[in-house]
Amino acid sequence: MASKFININLKIWRQKNANAKGSLESYKLDKVSTDSSFLEMLDQLNEQLINEQKESIAFDHDCREGICGMCSLYINGRAHGPDTGTTTCQLHMRKFNDGDTIYVEPWRSRAFPIIKDLVVDRSAFDRIQQAGGFVSVNTSGRTMDANAIPIPKADADKAFEAAACIGCGACVATCKNGSAMLFVGAKVSQYALLPQGRVEAQERVVNMVRQMDEEGFGNCTNTGACEIECPKGISLENIARMNREFLFAAAKGK
Amino acid sequence: MSILDSKIPAGHISDKWTDHKNHLKLVAPNNRPKIDVIVVGTGLAGASAAASFGEMGYNVKAFCFQDSPRRAHSIAAQGGINAAKNYQNDGDSVYRLFYDTIKGGDYRAREANVHRLAEVSGNIIDQCVAQGVPFAREYGGLLDNRSFGGTQVQRTFYAAGQTGQQLLLGAYSALSRQIGLGRVKMYHRHEMLDLVTVDGKARGIIARNLVTGELERHAAHAVIIASGGYGNVYFLSTNAMGSNVSAAWKVHKRGALFSNPCFVQIHPTCVPVHGTNQAKLTLMSESLRNSGRIWVPMKKEDAEAIRKGRLKPTQIKEEDRDYYLERRYPAFGNLVPRDVASRAAKERCDAGYGIEANDTNEGVYLDFATEIKSKGRQAAFAQGDHNPSEEKIISMGKKWIEEKYGNLFQMYEKITDDNPYETPMKIYPAVHYTMGGVWVDYNLQSTIKGCFVAGEANFSDHGANRLGASALMQGLSDGYFVLPYTVSDYLADEIRTGKISTDSPEFESAENEVKNSIEKFLSNKGTKSVDFFHKRLGLIMWNKVGMGRNEQGLKEAIEEIGALREEFYLDVFVPGDANEMNPELEKAMRVADLIELGQLMAVDALNRNESCGGHFREEYQDTEGETLRDDENFKYVAAWEYKGMDAKNSVLHKEDLNYEFIKIAARNYK
Repeated sequence: MASKFININLKIWRQKNANAKGSLESYKLDKVSTDSSFLEMLDQLNEQLINEQKESIAFDHDCREGICGMCSLYINGRAHGPDTGTTTCQLHMRKFNDGDTIYVEPWRSRAFPIIKDLVVDRSAFDRIQQAGGFVSVNTSGRTMDANAIPIPKADADKAFEAAACIGCGACVATCKNGSAMLFVGAKVSQYALLPQGRVEAQERVVNMVRQMDEEGFGNCTNTGACEIECPKGISLENIARMNREFLFAAAKGK
Repeated sequence: MSILDSKIPAGHISDKWTDHKNHLKLVAPNNRPKIDVIVVGTGLAGASAAASFGEMGYNVKAFCFQDSPRRAHSIAAQGGINAAKNYQNDGDSVYRLFYDTIKGGDYRAREANVHRLAEVSGNIIDQCVAQGVPFAREYGGLLDNRSFGGTQVQRTFYAAGQTGQQLLLGAYSALSRQIGLGRVKMYHRHEMLDLVTVDGKARGIIARNLVTGELERHAAHAVIIASGGYGNVYFLSTNAMGSNVSAAWKVHKRGALFSNPCFVQIHPTCVPVHGTNQAKLTLMSESLRNSGRIWVPMKKEDAEAIRKGRLKPTQIKEEDRDYYLERRYPAFGNLVPRDVASRAAKERCDAGYGIEANDTNEGVYLDFATEIKSKGRQAAFAQGDHNPSEEKIISMGKKWIEEKYGNLFQMYEKITDDNPYETPMKIYPAVHYTMGGVWVDYNLQSTIKGCFVAGEANFSDHGANRLGASALMQGLSDGYFVLPYTVSDYLADEIRTGKISTDSPEFESAENEVKNSIEKFLSNKGTKSVDFFHKRLGLIMWNKVGMGRNEQGLKEAIEEIGALREEFYLDVFVPGDANEMNPELEKAMRVADLIELGQLMAVDALNRNESCGGHFREEYQDTEGETLRDDENFKYVAAWEYKGMDAKNSVLHKEDLNYEFIKIAARNYK
């Protein structure tokens, strides 16, 4: 791979805190390696700001290998930037050209209030999980043998694909309704597909959906943008499965 | 006389844990709500501990610096988790897992702890399946396994290349359930900045709310530290950007001994460094060594032609390739332990056979072509095609690879822009895991009463080198199956203590110390960023306390790190205020601790005049470049006592290691 250097312009959302008014600020950054990740580019900009004795830009990030779900960012109007199937930390500067102007904004959603600059509060996801995203089993280790219940490979694979969700919130940020149904659908599906989770599937879906509504997420109108922007390719099928589970539970008066 | 009492129970190795558990004190259910427990960190060890203590009925407060407990870096573990289930009928047993782990750790781990780990390993898999963790399965619906380094059985359970994610989400779901029930209070975006001790007992922590900057006092009857490892002392590592040593280091500064800091795992298969603005390195799972063959060109001129871009790896003929692991270690081949594989890669690159076109030429190939063909043929046969075309074989082989390792291949392609289905991966060793950590006894209690340490943050189970897929096992074992018993035993004497006040002089002074250090950073009129110092620390560590170490380099490192520390406090610039979200301030506090730790690592490495596991002292090797242990003089755990920021003043205590049930021998993978 041939690495080269590009010079770019940036328009980045700056906001002192949750209550302050924010605005897009302009920055110029030279000599960005095309092998750098997008976040390494932001590191480089922060280094430049600190050398000018200015305050650095706050952004969420941690593992930098696309699995922790901490990084976010709306880049040029798209969640996690122009590439598909990728998180911002896995986006590389080779996707941009010399002289480009790049717009960087935080997730935009009522349920994800801004904390500072590009950092938002996604704790609503945690609260949905707390409402029912688990199997009610104690951690004694005294369950049955792991191979006691064979699970068809196809079901296990589907459960795994749903469980691959990293909870980044791109689905919500990209949805015109600010809906969290892909996130919730994935969790509901993972458990509904496995015999261990099947037992309390109805209570689970009702509780998680209730919490989702209370957090102020919007409804789903089947646009499908979430699936396209999901870095892990979580399928819309999971929303359908959640709706089915929910209807079934409602019919049973749960 | 050593001040260290490991509290290893008497009896036969297979009975120790059971007997010990049977005699530990209990806290009755009606007393548990009167007792507070703090858990710092929500990775596998922390989340599983917090969930367990919540279930038992204690008041639990859990802390993580990330925006959600689900982000802890256990999430990034790829390959798998070991358990002695013997589902594959290949002769596995608790004893073999125990033996492999002790041997893999180059005879520098405690027998009793490791045996306990092997004993509970099976329960971990049962527990996780019951929680809905979607492990990989075979067509018959039963769990699948694969091999990891340093073993000759298939005992590794996995979920594609995302096993850590699935296990952590399992523990997070158990934790979430307890939070939802009000039995655990979760403090996310909170960082522990000091441990508070009262009359020699851990009684709480000082934490900073990372959103508001507010300092908070939290009291408890016991404090559990599960804050992970310290690989970020090298700046470039496979650790998350936020991974740090601070919680463990604060405990050390308050009196807990810190053990074997120089035992660091350098993982053989990571994506090579690309340039100076790089912030982190990415691991390519060890599981890939089940299917990939590691090689460099046999001829130096070929290696050079590849670096210059004149030759492609696929153009190098089979007989011109040096599959150096298969050549040197025929019994284990590409699946030798990590320290062995890493040193072998360094040896080839130092000798001039490296293939990466970066400053150091450091890189070797991990090639899947052989496996693609063999698995493709198998798949075709399974479909009834006994005479498949070459094209069909390759296409089916790639499909097989995608199913096993798809996310890893995708990750590799995103980073490098190379397609690993078509051309071999380029890899090189990188800092990955730290075996050293806070010294704990058999009960996982540090030398501070009431302060327990679990997971990667303690030193206990992996000796001088951890085997692949054992970190996940240890984290969950500590959190689910060890701490609930041993901490309860400690808490049994606390049922009459009553609520602990945060209005004591001890809390007051700890909070003031933290406040002062924050103010010092913010009022410093320096000129350089925190990263500037962190990168320099990392370079010293990598060059002198890295894969190869020697007396002269270590002595230099000790002086250079000392000087760097002084420069850091004089010249670091931290923008922003104390009472707001301030990522640069967070980094500054962490790097201050990493600098102190780095110096102690060099001191420890200099003290250990032998080579063992990940600690390779160039002076101590045999004629074939293998490690030379000195069991007579160094068969001990080095436990350091803090005596101020200059690690040269740290005092060494020794815990002798006794091998009663395993015959100690030279490690041989040939």
